[in-house]
Amino acid sequence: MTRFSAFELFRQGLTGQSGWKPQWRSPEPKAAYDAVIVGGGGHGLGAAYYLASQHGMRNIAVIEKGWLGGGNTGRNTTIIRSNYLFPESAGLYDHSVKLWEGLSRELNYNVMFSQRGVMMLAHTVHDVQVFQRHVHANRAAGVDNEWLTPEEAKAYCPPLNISDNMRYPVLGAALQRRGGTARHDAVAWGYARAADRLGVDILENCEVTGIVRNAQGAVEAVETTRGRIKTPKVGVSAAGHTSVVLGMAGVRLPLESFPLQALVSEPVKPVFPCVVMSNTIHAYISQSDKGELVIGAGTDIYTSYTQRGGLHISQHTLEAICELFPQFRRMRMLRNWGGIVDVTPDRSPIVGKTPVPGLYVNCGWGTGGFKATPGAAHTLAWTIAKDAPHPINAPFTLERFRDGFLIDEAAAAAVAH
Amino acid sequence: MLVITCPYCGPRPEIEFAHGGEAHIARPQDPSSLGVEDWTEFLYMRANPKGLHAERWRHLHGCARFFNALRDTTTDQFVATYRTGEPRPDLAAVKA
Repeated sequence: MTRFSAFELFRQGLTGQSGWKPQWRSPEPKAAYDAVIVGGGGHGLGAAYYLASQHGMRNIAVIEKGWLGGGNTGRNTTIIRSNYLFPESAGLYDHSVKLWEGLSRELNYNVMFSQRGVMMLAHTVHDVQVFQRHVHANRAAGVDNEWLTPEEAKAYCPPLNISDNMRYPVLGAALQRRGGTARHDAVAWGYARAADRLGVDILENCEVTGIVRNAQGAVEAVETTRGRIKTPKVGVSAAGHTSVVLGMAGVRLPLESFPLQALVSEPVKPVFPCVVMSNTIHAYISQSDKGELVIGAGTDIYTSYTQRGGLHISQHTLEAICELFPQFRRMRMLRNWGGIVDVTPDRSPIVGKTPVPGLYVNCGWGTGGFKATPGAAHTLAWTIAKDAPHPINAPFTLERFRDGFLIDEAAAAAVAH
Repeated sequence: MLVITCPYCGPRPEIEFAHGGEAHIARPQDPSSLGVEDWTEFLYMRANPKGLHAERWRHLHGCARFFNALRDTTTDQFVATYRTGEPRPDLAAVKA
């Protein structure tokens, strides 16, 4: 496998950049693996990479029903931040941000992680109080977050409208400077290339159709559209389809799958320096390096597996965007799409063991899983390798719903986040 | 936008409605005798099917009444709507 470097780019330039090889193999499935990861998005590929690189498990496979990164990894708005209220959440998400900071170098793949800052706008007295509480909680937990006045917010993001004649004027903002964006496809491809290099088999167009359990109830094999694969350990990172996959093993989950929509504008010159989020009037916006404004809308109100949603949901978000950033009123939108997000009752993920021995799950990320890709993958790999949780994902069990230890970011954020 | 047929008011646009989650989850008759596993099942666990889903809707900006619906979550097509308290329709019988 060719290592990417400036020298290699120059060397390939001598032959017209025609000598590059595919970045990962397309092997035939083996009859048996030491572990199988279901789901070839960033979370699943990352788990395979960390299993191979940190736990020495190299006889493993990732199975993906479509193409790599074609699910929510390729459908999100790429926002990365860790300013969550509760210490458990801040721990997990900040673990991710720290991994993001070194990821391009570790993978030898430019994931274009850009710490341009994430600013969350407050529009009501309630918002101000809640966000200031978040700022204090984060700083106590060692996570950067600071409070800005409307004028300071406008200085950080000049397109922002802070006039007081808006329906919901900006009363202030919480800014996490270490937050930002990354190139979503590159995350999947970078992990895939690095995992493949360590011997992980990546099996695309391979859908799980069943999970086989032995007489003791433990995982024995997975049935797929490319045949039966024997394995003692299965890790499921299937986002919106997790209920379906775990249903094959008879495991019921506290998940509901909703469509979440996003859209991008026509590409323009750099006009937008950071990420701005408004939970209250529901607007999420940043500008990609390609120039498109990347806009996140809300979830539809009903559960669905369609990967699309109602146009009125996108329209609602665009109305908020135009109010906050009047300069975008005449821009045209290029594409919109939906992804299926698996939402838990407390809006916190489930990363850990299941009641079935040898079956592990990483799900429930709801509307905010991209930011956690490295951290989720890293702790899932640890849990699979050691059959025990990492201290960081230990609170995020399935049993917390039974035992009453919810990590209630739903109440903390008041909306999906 | 979906068009949803309220069993009381007829077909109306989706924005008049609120979604109420999975239908036919009966509140326990004798809550104090329920074990922790049963409470978890009642409060949190959901079928979340890919396919036909029995779910509650409320015609919030209309008659404001709850009703149930059968909808296919792979197409978002409503197969049937029916009043609260009525059993889930037997689709084979509906077609006949």
